[in-house]
Amino acid sequence: MEQQELLPHLFRQEYRKIVAVLCRRFGFAQVEIAEDIASDTFVTAAQTWPMNGIPQNPVAWLYNVAKNKTKNYLQRELVFEGKVAVEVKENSLELYEFEIDLSPQNINDSQLLMMFAICNPVISPEAQVGLSLRILCGFGIDEIADAFLVNKETINKRLFRAREKLREHQIKIELPTQSEIDERLEMVLTTIYLLFNEGYYSSNKNQIIRKELCLEAMRLCYMLIENESTNKPPANALLALMCFHTSRIDARLNRNGEIILYDEQDSSLWNAELISRGGYFLNCSTTGDVLSKYHLEASIAFWNTQQADTKEKWENILQLYNGLLQIEYSPVAALNRTYALSKANGKPEAIAVAEKLNLTDNHFYFALLGELYRGIDNTKAKQNFQQALALARTSPEKQAIQRKLNNL
Amino acid sequence: MDEFILIFRHEDGTKVASPEQIQIWMKQTMDWIGGIASQNKFVGGNGLLFDDARVVHHNKMVTNGPFGEIKETIGGYIMVKAESADEAAEFAKGCPVLQGEGNTVEVRKLAKRDGTH
Repeated sequence: MEQQELLPHLFRQEYRKIVAVLCRRFGFAQVEIAEDIASDTFVTAAQTWPMNGIPQNPVAWLYNVAKNKTKNYLQRELVFEGKVAVEVKENSLELYEFEIDLSPQNINDSQLLMMFAICNPVISPEAQVGLSLRILCGFGIDEIADAFLVNKETINKRLFRAREKLREHQIKIELPTQSEIDERLEMVLTTIYLLFNEGYYSSNKNQIIRKELCLEAMRLCYMLIENESTNKPPANALLALMCFHTSRIDARLNRNGEIILYDEQDSSLWNAELISRGGYFLNCSTTGDVLSKYHLEASIAFWNTQQADTKEKWENILQLYNGLLQIEYSPVAALNRTYALSKANGKPEAIAVAEKLNLTDNHFYFALLGELYRGIDNTKAKQNFQQALALARTSPEKQAIQRKLNNL
Repeated sequence: MDEFILIFRHEDGTKVASPEQIQIWMKQTMDWIGGIASQNKFVGGNGLLFDDARVVHHNKMVTNGPFGEIKETIGGYIMVKAESADEAAEFAKGCPVLQGEGNTVEVRKLAKRDGTH
């Protein structure tokens, strides 16, 4: 790898590891110092490598520099405290133990602990996602701003406030106890799923950023699965769900970054390996007695990877949506459920249900009604598609609806 | 918006249905509940198993099963959100239990536990 590619690559890989280890060591109170030392390490690399050449083992080099910088920092602190503070408290001695443990085991553990520290309801969900991107995924502020489609200033403020909050609440960097783990894990999974959706559904046209968000979410989820105490069925179900969705990521956008509807996707672009991995994790998720919404969503996503339009497929999807809506209502699930109902039980029954959904500000609602009335009452189908057209916001959506209108 | 409970009453709880028939009712029940849930008006619910049931009588005598002299029994319930008892009754009309002649669905408003009931 060339030097100009190597350093950003290493930054993405290693920055987060160094930050996690240092944070675990210092506590959340000093998260900025951990981030500063990690950033500084890469600045030093960027300054010295062009002159001295790339070290033989770049990662070990980075770890060494990070360790030394930490040592220097701690020494300075110690001197400062020794001179200014009247006495150095004895119990603070442990903090000044200079050796930093950058072993793979400690790196992994530290990242896992950081995940639980960040995914805490004292900060808003979007701040959790932002901070996760920064600290767990090593994203730069620019990249986070790009991902959220806001400016750097906003992101900086958001992350600053989030760190403050975590400090104020004295959030500890530790794994929850076994009795708390299910509840806390649920929050971690929610954040990971948000991060994933930010990539999968965002209006961001930068395909590379979107993909990377999806992959990072999968990586974090995989870390949970690798650890015995967090390897729970819902985590496996979420990973399965993300595998199935990601398998279609190349097929669902055209060259201009516009959405291609499911029916019109080129299924040869679906990633068979990801589909089979999704199947593996979905299997792993069936060990417990809890049926989470991720189980249901993953099973639906599995059926969506089966392109053949069978009765069995739609009956299964319908029952999964029936279950999902009982756990958690969402307009999207209600609309998809009604579509599945039309496929499984026929259009007349679906129309009766659709008319009661009460989603009249949603263009997908009218597009669904148009689809259901097509071939049954084309006048009504046309009216509904026209209403959908009036409400649609983006041009690919308008074009797709216009095509439906033309085909009537 | 108030909450209502829809209680499924079977006229004759001793009737045994075939597994195929049960499967059909199961799907119909799930589709019915799914329709209510897709309006965001489903609150909760459960089926009540006939196996291993007990009836405790006035004299503290315990008999097996809900069936005895009275055959009528409760098979399950769901709770829904609705603007009125009429809307809740509209939901109840779709309940597959009503396919059985003599069966009923009782619609009752849940007390709000806000001090007014």
